[in-house]
Amino acid sequence: MPGVTSIAESTSVVVKIGGLPIRLHCDDLQFVRQIRERYTGYVSSSGEAGFDFDIELAPPGTESGEEDLSVSWDSGRWLMERGDFRAEWNPATSRGLIQQTSNPYSLDSVLRIVHTLLLARKGGFLVHASSAIRNGRAFLFSGVSGAGKTTMARLAPPDAALLTDEISYVTKQNGRYMAVGTPFFGELARVGENIEAPIEAVYLLAKGPRNKIESIEGAGAVRGLMENVLFFARDPEFVKLVFDAACDFVAHVPVKRLTFKPDTSVWELIR
Amino acid sequence: MKSYRYVARSKAIAARVLGDETMVMSATNSTLFTLDEVASLIWEAVDGVTPLDEIIASKICTQYDVDEEVALMDAAALVETLAEHGILLLSDQPIAVPCAPKMEAV
Repeated sequence: MPGVTSIAESTSVVVKIGGLPIRLHCDDLQFVRQIRERYTGYVSSSGEAGFDFDIELAPPGTESGEEDLSVSWDSGRWLMERGDFRAEWNPATSRGLIQQTSNPYSLDSVLRIVHTLLLARKGGFLVHASSAIRNGRAFLFSGVSGAGKTTMARLAPPDAALLTDEISYVTKQNGRYMAVGTPFFGELARVGENIEAPIEAVYLLAKGPRNKIESIEGAGAVRGLMENVLFFARDPEFVKLVFDAACDFVAHVPVKRLTFKPDTSVWELIR
Repeated sequence: MKSYRYVARSKAIAARVLGDETMVMSATNSTLFTLDEVASLIWEAVDGVTPLDEIIASKICTQYDVDEEVALMDAAALVETLAEHGILLLSDQPIAVPCAPKMEAV
């Protein structure tokens, strides 16, 4: 028809988190649209990718009830498996395959694992922590479920840019540790801002009757951090990389205990 | 009576010295141990070829006011616990395997 241009919708989308672009390809256009929407702010327009994953969708209801996650290294590939997905990734070819239903949470889990594996070789890691940038510096608030990660994010003042309320992304760049925004969210259900800043401090969260900050040194800091670092693979080399990264991190970034009462006054201490 | 005299560090570990303490993580099950000053001295000294009683006599009893027999019992409890987690190897013969990776101080 004259005057009408037909543009084929792409079956690929590049999701770039922490500077690592991953191309996701799926023949199901509706699912690709779902990915674009889910990772708004992290979809790269350049189309260039360092890693490629094909996604094969299984019919709904074909998941098993298995909730335990298995991540293992076998014959040059990482194998990742849980009841709702099965994925493999070959670092040598930078290619992988994800088999899942159209549940976006499954893809989210695979991306978290892949980024964990990629970051380990670069001295970085993912950690259960909310994080925000204030005055050009990043602050991480770490703890197990219920410790107050999302609460700290909710209480953040307007001048704080939220990176995530659930999973913080830590990279090492030119000897400095940086916190990077992620689309991985928790109860807040809000994608973090895609920005980064040097990390000023990590606070291990505890709730209490009044706000208080205490320094944690040496082994206590490593232990506190390691309790919250995402740690999927039981591969010995990977374990060493993550442990070394955590030890190096606490040698460069202060780790503190933040006991807080859940109101906005706690942010008066975070500057 | 102990069935071993020799102790060596496993290769499947990651370890760091942090001040007076040493953190050791099992690379097979991710168990994390913090060794105090005395335990750190023992950890550094076990090389697979020096008997544990000689290590205690030369490294611990010369530095701390402690009965040698008591120190050896405590050391045995420590190394046996770490061996249960695959962090140390125990043998009645010298252990020929190379020792653990070099530790990095923070």
